[in-house]
Amino acid sequence: MAFVAFGSQTPAKEQGPSKTGRVALFLLLPGLFYLALFFITPLVSLIITSLKAPSATGAIGRYDFGLEFGNYVYAVTQYAPQIFRSFSFAVLATVLALAISYPIAYFIAVKSRNRPLLKGILLTLVVAPFFISFLLRTFAWKQIFSNDSLVVNVLKDIGIFGADSYIIGTNFAVVFGLVYNFIPFMTLPIYANLDRLDLSLVEAGSDLYASPSKTFRKITLPLSLPGIISGTLLTFIPISGDYVVASRDFLGGPDTAMIGNVVEANFLRIQDYPTASAISVMLMATIVVLVSAYVRRSGTDDLL
Amino acid sequence: MTRFSLGKYLLPTYVFLTFLFLMVPIGYTFVFSFNDSIKSNIIWRGFTLDNWLNVCDQADVCGAFGNSLLVAVTATAVSTVLGTMIAIALVRYRFKFRSATNLLLFLPLATPEVVMGAGLAAQFLDFGWTKGLTTVIIAHVMFTLSFVVVTVKARVATLDPALEEAGRDLYASPMQVFWKITFPLLLPGILSAAMLAFALSFDDFIITQFNSGSVDTFPKFVYTAAARGIPPEANVVGSFVFIVAIAIVIAVQVRSALKKRKLLSK
Repeated sequence: MAFVAFGSQTPAKEQGPSKTGRVALFLLLPGLFYLALFFITPLVSLIITSLKAPSATGAIGRYDFGLEFGNYVYAVTQYAPQIFRSFSFAVLATVLALAISYPIAYFIAVKSRNRPLLKGILLTLVVAPFFISFLLRTFAWKQIFSNDSLVVNVLKDIGIFGADSYIIGTNFAVVFGLVYNFIPFMTLPIYANLDRLDLSLVEAGSDLYASPSKTFRKITLPLSLPGIISGTLLTFIPISGDYVVASRDFLGGPDTAMIGNVVEANFLRIQDYPTASAISVMLMATIVVLVSAYVRRSGTDDLL
Repeated sequence: MTRFSLGKYLLPTYVFLTFLFLMVPIGYTFVFSFNDSIKSNIIWRGFTLDNWLNVCDQADVCGAFGNSLLVAVTATAVSTVLGTMIAIALVRYRFKFRSATNLLLFLPLATPEVVMGAGLAAQFLDFGWTKGLTTVIIAHVMFTLSFVVVTVKARVATLDPALEEAGRDLYASPMQVFWKITFPLLLPGILSAAMLAFALSFDDFIITQFNSGSVDTFPKFVYTAAARGIPPEANVVGSFVFIVAIAIVIAVQVRSALKKRKLLSK
């Protein structure tokens, strides 16, 4: 037995790297092939579809291969307000989510550092919203803020709201819903970063007579920047493509449609695949530009 | 002095209020699962256990829930196996195209769901595939795979290669080394990756809507029902899943806390 093992081991050791390479290939290929087939080629499909022309037969939902770059011009001119709105909503909601989440992450990571029970409870509470469908949660806000709800009636009674004021269907309601849904996505990466913050650095700041706010600005905040960046990406990207919150059946109204709503309507309802694809390609291109700026900062090994 | 007391009370108060805010819609969904509603579940009409006891009176809710479970279990199984293999390769082996691999794994995490959903749907159209449960499962494996890789990779990185080396020195075959040493040590990471994949798959709506055709999953049912009012049975399913998930999280935390205590007392 030992001899057989020895005999087979010696040549294997000599060609070490190539064997390692073969094992690595065996481990990598199935998954990477899967992603190539069901992630990369769909993106290619999307680009091809975005350039298709209406079928010569005139049938609805049928398109022929083409190079109709006009589809992009049409998409941009037709849906400029929605594109602009998506971008503004995403920026605004991301900034608000950051402002709300940072103190929470700070409290859990720094202030609760020596109290494992409190920390465990708080972390569970942060992820708790993930465990109940975000559609149900968003719909709950719709009920809570609906026109005859307690909230709206109280606002009317104390005079903040006029008799015909409402919340659901406004830009405010949509941004509110987006911020609510993405607070956990912002909190967790910042928490993960602040959890590793070396408190002796903060102490050093105060030992050198820096005020607490100066210590925060000069030490804590810069050190937590990687957490802020990943939280921002994790929030901004999904928001930019979301269409549930802004849907009329949820918190949106006739004038709150975002890019996601446009893609959904064009792809799934009126079967205008080229326009839907053109918008998706542009959204993807924007995100890729944003992300590659991030990659250039930190390299690919930190991505995962 | 004022600053001190501000710092002491302001932050905890803020955190408390924000958590309260986070819990409002969850509480609302839970409370209205007990509503004795007739047609729409908007106005509180009185307490009943009927929705909980007879969830499947709303056959659509039950069927959609079943589909969601089937999709999540299948997709989780496939993506956990594929993702674990990739994670091991990334940490343990040197190979060319490493940064291309990293990028390919990262891109799905950075792509808006609507783009992945529409892209896959466009491809299924080009292939002439009929959308249904299979296409939903294909889509879910795709978007959960990278999450599995990230989670398992973190665990592989903490493994001491010396343990596997010791196995090899004692003439264990590569298979024996993997199943007797590597796999058991990786198991906690693999399990948490599987839980994450399951949760992501179960709750997914956007990619599902683009690739499910006429098949309903639970989130898709809720979305479609929202136009005419969501039945309380949907609140029951949502609350039930929530309670189970929270119970699992608490159990895991208690278990690891007990383990830590045992280690300390030794």
